[in-house]
This record gives sequence, C-alpha cells and structure tokens, in this order.
Amino acid sequence: MMENRNQSARERPEKEGLDHVELARKIRDGNIRAASRLIRDLEDNVPQAKGTLKHIYPHTGKAHVIGITGSPGAGKSTITDELVSAFREKENKVAVLAVDPSSPFSGGAILGDRIRMQRHAGDPDVFIRSLATRGALGGLSGAVGSSVHILDAMGKDKILIETVGVGQQEVDVINHAHTVIVVLVPGMGDDIQAIKAGIMEVADIFVINKSHREGTRRLQKELLSLLDLKENRSGEWTPPVILVDDVLNKETFNGNIATLCQTIDAHHQHLISTRLLEKKLEKKAIVEIHEVLKSSILGPIIKELQASGEFDNMVSKVMKRQSDPYTLVEDVRSAFIRSQKGGE
Amino acid sequence: MERKIRIMVAKPGLDGHDRGARILARCFRDAGFEVIYTGCHQTPEQIASAAIQEDVDLVGLSCLSGAHKYLFPKVVELLKEQGAQDIAVIGGGIIPEQDFEQLYKAGVKEIFTPGKSLESIVEWIRNNIAVH
Repeated sequence: MMENRNQSARERPEKEGLDHVELARKIRDGNIRAASRLIRDLEDNVPQAKGTLKHIYPHTGKAHVIGITGSPGAGKSTITDELVSAFREKENKVAVLAVDPSSPFSGGAILGDRIRMQRHAGDPDVFIRSLATRGALGGLSGAVGSSVHILDAMGKDKILIETVGVGQQEVDVINHAHTVIVVLVPGMGDDIQAIKAGIMEVADIFVINKSHREGTRRLQKELLSLLDLKENRSGEWTPPVILVDDVLNKETFNGNIATLCQTIDAHHQHLISTRLLEKKLEKKAIVEIHEVLKSSILGPIIKELQASGEFDNMVSKVMKRQSDPYTLVEDVRSAFIRSQKGGE
Repeated sequence: MERKIRIMVAKPGLDGHDRGARILARCFRDAGFEVIYTGCHQTPEQIASAAIQEDVDLVGLSCLSGAHKYLFPKVVELLKEQGAQDIAVIGGGIIPEQDFEQLYKAGVKEIFTPGKSLESIVEWIRNNIAVH
C-alpha cells in the first residue's frame, strides 16, 4: 500500500515524462537531487533504475576511486574528511560514499560517518552519501559499484569509498577502488599477525593513525618487515607506511595528511604509467558482468520458483530426502534452457 | 524491490544535548529505518543540503535551546528553495504548546515533546511518511 502512495511524488521517468536519457543528462549536469535519487533507487532495487544507468555508463571511467578501509574506530571517517579538504584545496571535485552496517535483526541502520564530514555540507562540489550494507558481506553495500558510476558521470575527480569497519577479509573494496588505503592504529598487539592475509594484502598505502600512541614504532616495524617478505621486482609499487599524528596536534597532523594526499596521487600516476589501471578496470568489468548476470538471470529464476511455490516444494523434497539439491537444480537449469530455446 | 524509509536526525543550532536525538536514532534503527545522524551544532543550511544528498524521506529536528521558532521553519524553507519540499520535516524537544501553531503553519508536519512514547513516534512515521 505504501508503495502505491510513493510513486506519485517521485521523479520516475514514466510518471513525469522524464526519460532515462533526460535523467542521465541531469546527472551529468551535476544535479544532486537526480543523482541521490538514482542511488536510492539502485539501493532499493527499483527495476527502472538500471535503464538510466545504461545512459550513464558511457560517461564514466574518468574519476580516481580511492578506498579507505580498516577496523572500527581506526579513524576512517576522520581521514576521509581530511582528504576531502585536501583534494578541495587542489580544486578537485570530490564525492564520498560512506558505508555503515545494517542491523541483521531489524534491517535498519544508523549511518554516522557523516558526523565527521558535515563541515563540507555547504560545498556544492562535495557530494557525500551514506549507504547501509543491507546484508552485503564484503564491507560495502551492493549499490556501491553503480553509485561510483553515477558520481563519476557527475564529473567528480576523486571518489572516496569508506568501507564499514572491517575485520580480516572484507575486501570487496578492491573491486571498486583504484587506490586502497588501509588505516591501522597502534596498540592492537599481535593482531597484526592475524591479519597478514586478507586485508593486509589489499593495501596500496598503509596509514598508522593516532601515531602519538604507544605501540606505533612496533606496528611500523612489523608492517615494514611484512612488506620486506614480499619479493619486489623493480618498478613495482611498495605500499608506503604513513604515520598520522593525533588530530589535535594540528601542525603535524596537517603535514601528515598532505603527505598522504601526495602519496595517493603518486599511486594514481604509477597505475597510469605502468598501465596497471587498465588491468584494474578490466577486473572491475569482469566483476560487474558477473554481478549483473547473477542479478538478472539468477534473480528472476529464484523469484519465479518462490512465486509458484516450487521453491518450497524443493525444500520439502530435500528435507524428506526424496531428492537432493543437485538433482533439483539440474532440473531447474534444463527447464530454463528449454524455455529460452522455445522463446527464440 | 524493497523500499526502505530513510530519516535524517539532526540537531540545529547551539545545543549540545543530544541524548534524545540518539535515543530516537537507535529506536528508528530498531524499527527498520535507515537513519543518518549528523551530530550537534548544525546550521539549517548544512541540514538541508545533507538531507538532499542523502535523499531522505524525513528530517527529524531536535532542539532544546528555545530557538526552534527560527530554526525549524528555516530548514523547511531551505528544502523548498532547493526543490525538495517533498522531504517532510518534524520536530521535537522543549517546545511550548503555544508555538505549535506557528510551526505547523511554517510547514513542520508534527511536533513531539517529552512524554511521547517512542512507539507512537514510530507509528506516526509509518502512517504518515511514504518513501517519496
């Protein structure tokens, strides 16, 4: 019932005579309302939203996408906020996608990353959007990929993706970001050992935040020896370790952020000059095609099975050991292939 | 397709008492809404622009400082100016009853004062706020 009421006020292409091309043009012109609504539609899985994306896609691929990840409380939002200021000083147009977790119980979420970034709320060249994970497990939201495209088409030079506070292997950010920053804090002791694989492998740049605290030297040493273990071919990028001081020590803190900012740009240059960027874009294309295949082929099949009650039948057959998931799915697959051939 | 209500909870003006706002943010989360909390000391301009960037359906303003008669209508006005009049604004806090009429006239949809149960606020939202 709520859905019916909702349709009326919204700028849906078919409702207000706005077609996908027109909406895409508005977004490319930098219309914040149009962009934030399309992001919302993609989060909510509104089928029409993909139609607009088709017209946005050709205008993407220009922005430098930077991922910021690390454990909860490491300082991701604060670092992100500072990077926004630093990039703005260079007159870059900036966007931030800040992801926070959805509650596994209510499905609701408190999205609080923005608190640290509100000073940019009045800057028309900074677009900040909070996203809830809505059940996605890789540290991001399912809508991140397409949101990046929208911000890219809007003409943003730098797109910062702040992940949820991650543990060891929520590394989906590498599918979307060209440069990944892993923010660490001292005092977690031997935890560094435990995170040698997974998140530690995806960093292009390490930040040791709150470096005025005890344990920084040890963490730095451990990181450097970890990096030393890796065989290094000449010309290869070795992730630098950047210390960022207490946010209250304004002078050193600002200097540290400036260094981080330069390092980010240096990494971007490295990606371009070594043609690694192309490889990353190729990987992203593969991931995107996989995702869309899943959502547009698998999704409808599951939906149909559920709607017809066949899914429940399958569950009960498996429970009673009358059949097994492998046979049942083979049947579904054959039926699908038959129906496709019949439709041609 | 699953529409989810998005709400921004904001504290405009010079008022650092955010216990109420935080309790509401938490309660909205438990009701299954997505809540953007922007912290204390926000200007109406910051609130309106963040609400548009976040594409929320509702802005809940909390004010305990007595400046609600200026701050609440200002947020409504700024949203309207930017073509976002479909984002509803509600208010809460220490608000004398004699001010209600003026706030309603200015476009504030509802006022919740101390003593209102959390359930009744959630219920009001479910009944009155549609995903726009």
